[in-house]
This record gives sequence, structure tokens and C-alpha cells, in this order.
Amino acid sequence: MKILVPVKRVVDYNVTVRVKADGSGVETANVKMSMNPFDEIANEEAIRLKEAGNATEVVAVSIGEAKAQETLRTAMAMGADRAIHVATDARTDTELQPLAVAKLLRAVVEREQPDLVLMGKQAIDDDSNQTGQMLAALLGWPQATFASKVAVDDGGLEVTREIDAGLERVAVKLPAIVTTDLRLNEPRYASLPNIMKAKKKPIDQLGPEELGVETSPRLTYVRVEEPPKRQGGVRVADIDELLTKLKTEAGVI
Amino acid sequence: MAEVLVVAEHDNAKLDKATLHAVGAGAQMGGVTVLVAGHGAGGVAEAAAAVDGVAKVVHVDDAMYENPVAEDLAALVVAMAEGYDVIAGGSSTFGKNLMPRVAALLDVAQISDVVEILGDDTFKRFIYAGNALATVKTVDAKKVITVRTTAFPPAAESGGAATVETIQAVAPTELARFLGREVSASERPELTSARVVVSGGRGLGSGENFAVVEGLADQLGAAVGASRAAVDAGYVPNDYQVGQTGKIVAPELYIAVGISGAIQHLAGMKDSKIIVAINKDEEAPIFQVADYGLVGDLFQLVPQLTDALKQSKAA
Repeated sequence: MKILVPVKRVVDYNVTVRVKADGSGVETANVKMSMNPFDEIANEEAIRLKEAGNATEVVAVSIGEAKAQETLRTAMAMGADRAIHVATDARTDTELQPLAVAKLLRAVVEREQPDLVLMGKQAIDDDSNQTGQMLAALLGWPQATFASKVAVDDGGLEVTREIDAGLERVAVKLPAIVTTDLRLNEPRYASLPNIMKAKKKPIDQLGPEELGVETSPRLTYVRVEEPPKRQGGVRVADIDELLTKLKTEAGVI
Repeated sequence: MAEVLVVAEHDNAKLDKATLHAVGAGAQMGGVTVLVAGHGAGGVAEAAAAVDGVAKVVHVDDAMYENPVAEDLAALVVAMAEGYDVIAGGSSTFGKNLMPRVAALLDVAQISDVVEILGDDTFKRFIYAGNALATVKTVDAKKVITVRTTAFPPAAESGGAATVETIQAVAPTELARFLGREVSASERPELTSARVVVSGGRGLGSGENFAVVEGLADQLGAAVGASRAAVDAGYVPNDYQVGQTGKIVAPELYIAVGISGAIQHLAGMKDSKIIVAINKDEEAPIFQVADYGLVGDLFQLVPQLTDALKQSKAA
């Protein structure tokens, strides 16, 4: 089984982003960037499937500016075998949108012919939670989203999904798309020797034109603003004061 | 006026509240039709027809839709899409799973987790874990959206008198098969619609210690939530998670216990009416959004609060 893992370079989880004063977007210059956390989980799962003898090759793909290659190096340092960089100058948080990304990934899938695409359920920049489902639709493949467990059984996968009410199990035929949720695994840290090794692994470069995909945005970001700030309140000294305030001032109990 | 199709979420017995919120949002855009695809779900179709603001219900009964997979449901929605300008659903795991598939099959953008409808083609939604509020305008003629349920009041469950039309199922895709569901058994109210929510974080230290949070929740008739850190640490299941990558809640009263208040958590609860924070670290960012902050040991304070509530009830 060959696995394709799309990975996105996003503003790091720990960074508090700033909205630009002109309302055009979020400041990403000189901000720490990292691999989208859910994509790390996807990459980890793919590597584990390979280590368990269920997969033969793990190929990471990233769409974005030149620095997306750093993210691909990280994916390979974790254990992906090789990588594909689809180069674009479009901002990947707003200008290059999920439908266009899904179309680019479809073109990559058609070239690479993977049996499984494992990807994050959501990128923590635009928070759309769409690309995996869209890619599955475009390919006519099944989708097992929000996975917390992936088991390989003959010719398919049994996937446990995180749903609002608890857990759901689905069986999907291969080829398939699986999107990852938080509890699927805990991604490894790349060791120094593996980081060195990853520098020698190949990255193929492609452009959206080469893939023949039209990527113009469907959504215009009219304005990006800072949300209204919630004002902090008061400190209370003890439980009695808290209860009194909740009853008389707030009137919620 | 736009024609809006709301895809109902239900368990064949009862219409989910998320759908009432989606109808509320849909009514802001035009005339609402509700699609009830299920098996033996005639009661749900009738309930949908009684919802205020619903003009029509389309009911499809087939064994395939008893526990539908997104692949089959998307095929059905796409087959009916022609007559509608807007296809909408709640931003639940159901809607999040289904709607992007529908949108891609129609070759249109999907707009996730809408918090405000500004016009036929313009919407507001949060990006970057709620750190930025984006106004987006689509060029697509057909809009496929999911709505944040806490941002739109629910449509009333009565007052409507819609017609119910029955249509046939479409061919199964045979791509995926539902195997089973483990629903977290709980006597407590559902997290996203509870009036009071008590959430625990890493400060609890273990899954067993969540009993402290549960004890308080039981006294208040509250739902129990958790921060991502607590889920990550394995204290509680993922369906407890409140935040950017979990559930969005906006109760009357939110009590954060042992939660530091990472931005990812705040994204899921900062629209609560009253926020109470109990944390031993007085520098914790949760205090910056809390209406009432109490610094101290949660293992002393929370049981005290539980007892005090018990006594005031008895009195």
C-alpha cells in the first residue's frame, strides 16, 4: 500500500496571531511556522502503517511557497520516504482555498496512484475542515473523517471516527481518504540522524500549471478584523463570594 | 427570495437541535426546505414540518439512510441541489463531514462555521482559532454553508405547517459502510446546548480526578466539557473537547476548572454569557476572559462549591 500525506505549513500553534491594521489579513511575516498539527498526526500514522508492514511507501506533499520544503523535510525526518512540493506564491491561509487545494491534490493523486491519502482534518489557520472531504468527492473515493483509530483489513480499512456523540465505526474500500483527529496517535520527534538523512531524500517540484489545475479563489476576503475582545471581570476571594455574585449580580444560578 | 435546503441531522427518532439552529440561519436567507433522509424516520419528517419557518420537508426513506455515510448522503443532496440556491447544515461533525463533499461535487466553495449572514453571498466566520474574524464573499451561484449553532437562535419547534413530500433514494455509492456507534452514555445535558457547562483541564491531573468536575456538574444540572490538553492527556474522551478543534459552546454559565485558557480553548467558549475560572495559577490567561476568577486549589474549592450548592438547594 502506498500512502500520500499532504502536509501544510501554518503559523505555529503557540503563536498568537495579529490581524493587520489594514484589515487585509493576518500577519505572517517573521512569525514562527510549523507543520499543521493534524498533518503531523497523519504523517505519524502513515509511518506506523509502514513500520507495521501495511504500507510500502510514504510520500509527503505540500502546496505553498518555497519554505514549504522545510515542512516536507520535517515530514521526511519523521519517516516519509520522499516528497513533492507544489509551488505557489498564493497565501495558503486565504488565497489558495480548500477546493483549489483538493483539485491540486487530485492531480498529484492521479500521478502518484496512492492507495490511501492520510491527512489532517483541519488546518489551524483557516479552520475550514474541508480539504479531505473535497478530495474524496473529486476522486469518487470514500472518506473516513476525524479518525481516532485506523485498522487495515483485507481490501479496506476499518476506521473509528470521533463524532459529537461519541465514536462511530465505518468500513471503507481502498483507495480512500482518511482525515485524522487528535487522539489517533502521538507524533514522534525526528531524531538528529533522521533529520540529517532527510536532507538527502528527494523533493520533486511541480507547479499548478504543470498539474493543469485552475486555482483562483472562489471566496474574496472582504475584510479580516480583530474580534471583539471579552473584558476580564473581577477576582473573588472565596466560594461564598463567588456564589453570591453568581446569584445576585449575574443571576445565572 | 433564495431557496434554502437544510439537511436535517437526526437519529430516526428525533430531530437534532443543530438542525433547528440551521433552520434559524437558513430563514435569514430565504424559504427553507428541510431534507429528512432516514429509515423509519416519518416522525422526524413530521417534527421538521412543524418547525417554525419551514416551508417544505422532503422525506426520503431507505435502509441506506438509517445510519447514512457521507458518500451516500452527499449523492442524494447533490441530486436535489438544482432547485436550491443555498445548502446548509449545522457545523457539527455531521455537517462538517457532509457539506465539503457536497460542495466539491457541485464545484463550489464551502463556507464553514458561519457566524453571521451579511447578504446572499457574504458571510462572517472566524479563522486562526478565533483570533481573526473574516468577512468572505463568494462568487459561486450556489452556496454550501455550515453554521455555528451558537451564533443563530434555534427555530421554534412548533408554529410551522410545512408540506411533506416523499422522494426516492438515489443509487448507493457502495464506497463506505456504517459498522456501529458508541454513544457516550450520559444523563447530563448535551454539551453544545447545555445552559451550564463545567469544564476541566490539565489541572485535574488524571481521569479519576474528573469526578470533582462531574460532582459540580451534577449539582448544577450542567454538561461536562474539557480542554484539549485534558483530552490529549487521556483524561476524558474527545467528545468532551471544547475549543478550536472540538465543540463550540455558549452557555449561560461556563465554569473552567484547572484550565489555563490557551487561545485554542477560548475559541470554543468565549461567547458564554458568564465565565467563571478556578485555577491555582493567578497568571493563567483564563482569568483575562473570566467574569469571576478564583485563585486557589481546585481540589478544595470545587468540592466546597459543590457542597455549598447542595446546601442552598436543601435550604
